[in-house]
Amino acid sequence: MNINATLLGQTIMFALFVWFCMRFIWPPVIRALDARRQQIADGLAAAERGKHDLELAAKRSADILREAKNKAAEIIAQGERLKVETLDQAKNAAREEATRIIAAAHAEAAQEATRAREVLRDQVADLAVAGAAKILRREVDAKTHADLLNALKQQL
Amino acid sequence: MTTEALTSTEYIRHHLQNLTCGLREGSIHCAHSAEEAKELGFWAINVDTFGVSLVLGLLFLLLFRSVAKKATSGVPGGAQNFVEWSIEFIDDSVRGSFTGRSALVAPLALTIFVWIFLMNLMDLVPIDYIPFLTQQLGISHFKLVPTTDPNATIGMAIAVFFLVVFYSIKIKGVGGFVGELTLHPFGKFGLPANLFLESVNLIAKPVSLALRLFGNMYAGEMIFILIALLPFYLQWTLSLPWAIFHILIITLQAFIFMTLTIVYLDMAHQEYH
Repeated sequence: MNINATLLGQTIMFALFVWFCMRFIWPPVIRALDARRQQIADGLAAAERGKHDLELAAKRSADILREAKNKAAEIIAQGERLKVETLDQAKNAAREEATRIIAAAHAEAAQEATRAREVLRDQVADLAVAGAAKILRREVDAKTHADLLNALKQQL
Repeated sequence: MTTEALTSTEYIRHHLQNLTCGLREGSIHCAHSAEEAKELGFWAINVDTFGVSLVLGLLFLLLFRSVAKKATSGVPGGAQNFVEWSIEFIDDSVRGSFTGRSALVAPLALTIFVWIFLMNLMDLVPIDYIPFLTQQLGISHFKLVPTTDPNATIGMAIAVFFLVVFYSIKIKGVGGFVGELTLHPFGKFGLPANLFLESVNLIAKPVSLALRLFGNMYAGEMIFILIALLPFYLQWTLSLPWAIFHILIITLQAFIFMTLTIVYLDMAHQEYH
């Protein structure tokens, strides 16, 4: 337990160990630790940014959704209106068409009646002429009484 | 006990004797007793203290260096995790007690803590294992715990003392350092008293560092030796609790040595204390 040169040896050894530690051990490990701290900080910041982006995206998607809903409602309303309009138009067209058809039918019927009346008139005239001719065979000459007959025909 | 022939006193003495080797009459001679060790004088080496502390120091440096060499900022493996944990622990301690900026203090603290811890840890190796082994190899004495040798603790304390003086002079200049020693606490008219008080203050730092560590480890070792004198079937009843308690002591002593070193260097860095 006496003091001897071990003392000096220990001092030198200690100094060398400290030098080695200071030169070769401490800096790389501290560098790695700092780098990792930086990475973690960056990662946290990125996560924060991601969360923020997500919030923005959610907000935007909600906006888009709402807009789409509005547009869809608008389109539906427009469609409804269009339907009603189209129906009205169709109804009107149909009504006009019916009126026209009826009018045409009326006109045709009238024409038909006129024509029939004409024919009938001709025939009545002929009949009357024939009857009269039969009655007046001898005394009435068709040629001389043509004016009279024509006037009669007109009155029919 | 190693042999039945030994008395208790001889056994204790044997365990407290370092393997001291030195030059005597032109050849290397290793002492076989405390008296012979004393005769070898100052220029002798406690080979056991020196060898064990060297091996443990190299173990520390190689382990930490192997990790430091491939330290990545990615996910750390087991060894890197341990090393990083130690270094962060030391770094926190240094930041807590050292106010200046210095590239030396933190690595110094790390070396002190781990090295002293490893040397203290040798105290937990059953005390007869290594001496028995070395005796089989023909080496008469072997003290496994370097910190129970005052040479080791005083050696480290001297290095710390030099650092304190070096930084005091570096920061405050020679004049500042001398002024600090002579002009406090009584002003320039109480110069002799100041010099006496401040010198005691300065010298007390390494002495308290060295003797606190040495005293604690020596006492702990002594108790292990005394427990080893009990019959072998009773030893565990005392050595187990003492060993468990000692785990705390060896860590605490390493931590105290480190913290005081940081504090002393911090004081050396400050203009006024």
